[in-house]
Amino acid sequence: MRKIAIYGKGGIGKSTTTQNTVAGLVELGKNILVVGCDPKADSTRLLLGGLAQKTVLDTLREEGEDVELDDVVKPGYGGVRCVESGGPEPGVGCAGRGIITSINLLEQLGAWDDKFKTDYTFYDVLGDVVCGGFAMPIRDGKAEEIYIVVSGEMMAMYAANNICKGIQKYAQAGTVRLGGLICNSRKVDNEREMIEELARQLGSQMIHFVPRDNMVQHAEINRKTVIEHAPEHAQADEYRTLSKAIDANEMFIIPTPLEIEELEKLLMDFGIMN
Amino acid sequence: MVKKKDYSAGLPDPTPLIEDIISKYPSKIAKKRKKGMVANDPEVDQEVQANVRTIPGIITQRGCTYAGCKGVVLGPTRDIINLVHGPIGCSFYAWLTRRNQTRPAEGEDNFITYSFSTDMQDENIVFGGEVKLKEAIREAHALFNPKAIGIFSTCPVGLIGDDVHSVSRDMQAELGINIFGFSCEGYRGVSQSAGHHIANNGVFKNVVGLNDRPRESKFQMNLLGEYNIGGDAFELEALFEEIGIELISTFSGNSTIKSMEYSHTVDLNIVMCHRSINYIAEMMEEKYGIPWIKANFIGADATAKTLRKVGEFFDDADLTAKIEEVIARESAKVQVVMDAIKPKTEGKLAMMFVGGSRAHHYQELFKELGMTTVSAGYEFAHRDDYEGRKVIPNIKIDADTRNIEDLTIEKTDNPELWRDDLVTKKAALEEKGYAFSDYEGMMPEMAKNSLVIDDVSHHETEKLIEFYKPDIFCAGIKEKYVVQKSGIPLKQLHSYDYGGPYTAFGGAINFFKEMERMLVTDVWKMVDSPWKSEPEIVGSMTINA
Repeated sequence: MRKIAIYGKGGIGKSTTTQNTVAGLVELGKNILVVGCDPKADSTRLLLGGLAQKTVLDTLREEGEDVELDDVVKPGYGGVRCVESGGPEPGVGCAGRGIITSINLLEQLGAWDDKFKTDYTFYDVLGDVVCGGFAMPIRDGKAEEIYIVVSGEMMAMYAANNICKGIQKYAQAGTVRLGGLICNSRKVDNEREMIEELARQLGSQMIHFVPRDNMVQHAEINRKTVIEHAPEHAQADEYRTLSKAIDANEMFIIPTPLEIEELEKLLMDFGIMN
Repeated sequence: MVKKKDYSAGLPDPTPLIEDIISKYPSKIAKKRKKGMVANDPEVDQEVQANVRTIPGIITQRGCTYAGCKGVVLGPTRDIINLVHGPIGCSFYAWLTRRNQTRPAEGEDNFITYSFSTDMQDENIVFGGEVKLKEAIREAHALFNPKAIGIFSTCPVGLIGDDVHSVSRDMQAELGINIFGFSCEGYRGVSQSAGHHIANNGVFKNVVGLNDRPRESKFQMNLLGEYNIGGDAFELEALFEEIGIELISTFSGNSTIKSMEYSHTVDLNIVMCHRSINYIAEMMEEKYGIPWIKANFIGADATAKTLRKVGEFFDDADLTAKIEEVIARESAKVQVVMDAIKPKTEGKLAMMFVGGSRAHHYQELFKELGMTTVSAGYEFAHRDDYEGRKVIPNIKIDADTRNIEDLTIEKTDNPELWRDDLVTKKAALEEKGYAFSDYEGMMPEMAKNSLVIDDVSHHETEKLIEFYKPDIFCAGIKEKYVVQKSGIPLKQLHSYDYGGPYTAFGGAINFFKEMERMLVTDVWKMVDSPWKSEPEIVGSMTINA
């Protein structure tokens, strides 16, 4: 089983990219479990056709210890098994601790039993690595491959670099590796070249460049992935290409995060179109 | 049997001992620890490092901020519900462990035998614990109908951001009783000392001054920093009752929240444990003009001295006569016991590492038994408790100290509460050399070449025992059995083991008898550890700096 976590700056398109990639892998005949690690619980909306999911933590709160796997795992598009970890309202409690509790519970309930023949587990993680709880998927070998969704915007690259610091920390003690950067284009100058260079300096690769297309927005409004909503559209093929690239990926490395000066130089060199 | 060291001609220079102790530390740690050790010279001003972070890995005596706030300062007050917001362990292990006694009047509330906790679970950490805290407050109110409820924050409360202060305000509005919170998370300071300060601030802001009760007695006074361990405060209450001074409130042994509410109606505050309570003494002076003096009731001489100082303040012929009468009568009783026991204790050596006052105060009792304190130090004191309040302006305010709120107190605008008479009296007495707001600290009263150590570690404790071979060691429960395994009896000065009271004249007699019991026996020296003759494992270790 491949265990993948998707990280990236808030609002960069992690959930959209994850779900479209998952849809592409479904077309390749894969069995997939998606674990949303965001208190907003919107990581599986496109696979389930809306926010139909009751979160692990809400279930745990309401049912007490008497939770069944079926209470928290909902089948979605193409048989993808969807879980939302959930969490507190903004400004209350500890969402990081919630993710730890939630993943531990899934393990206890046997979400990864052999009978499910899981080929892929995807963890879709909120924003930057803000505390130990959000690093849970990359600790203890819960996720072994990390893909970072990034764009050519400075803060997205800054966040990607920070996430690499987290990966580097846990990689030394465990099995987690960086699989590559996914560029979710914001149509920034020289974006492709710049992210390729960032990936190179991190010791990794840009696994795919996803162009910006309004069809993504259309599909989102319809609560579907692009692959389901417009299977013939060119954007659907972009996600299929990404899925295949991930499926075929063999480049797993411990990243070498950049110093802030190096990151700024990268932006100076590429960021302004001559 | 080990040959006794003879220090009758003076203590040896402990500098080689200090060097030996720190030689085992990595160089950076050695440098830091060395600043906390001083070969005392009472004639010279010496700086000792205190109230700084303990080095991780060193086995320290210290407790946490929550322990200082909940356990020490508010714990002994009987008619307030002290509700701990946190997992159950913090509450359970702070439950009655200090042997604070209390004596409620018939029908009066006493909650100190209970342990109140919100018993936070994983779910309350994830989704926040404020709802559960409110439920706990309602439940406690419904069951016990207390006058006041204090909320104490444990570590996770600060991490997840539960706002105990806004919950307190809401619940005060809902239930109509005094409810207030303390942000005393365990990690807030370098030791329990931070918790004392937080507790002082909270009590002063939320309790002191709520009731301007009219004067009932000629002489009104508060006793600050006396926690009634083993009945210490009972002893003092009896003493002052006989003399004719009304103790309005004690902070906080055998105390009530009710009495703290009108504690600002006194003429004088006397301070026992300077470390844990000087903040309230100072704030009361700033707001109401009530002066404070340092007191010590540990030891018959110290008690007499403090009583005379109190008498001098009130300056009343009848009162002074009564004080002298009590001193004469009680000192005679103490003398009889002292004369009987002193021959057995004279020349023996004591060592004490405890508290923020006790390591100083108890030296008086040992002195009265003809014993020498060869080494002493505090667990959580600040430099002023060692060197005297004169160093306060020079104490470096570090980030850990800034983490604790320092209240700005303004003079009360109620002219009936501002004590101009006391301000005038203080000025007049100061002219005559009477010392207010003063504490000279432990070091000026210790012998030359005695070794002063702040925040002593376990390694240091063992080295000290090896070097001095003391006859008695005073510390707490965490040190007790390790020290006794070295053949040295240990007297707990936090909880008094099973004994006490040790304050005033009656307390001195109790302590002398306890020392006789502990010092005339050789039982601890007769026990040999099995590994002394047969090593179980052999190994070596190298530490690189």
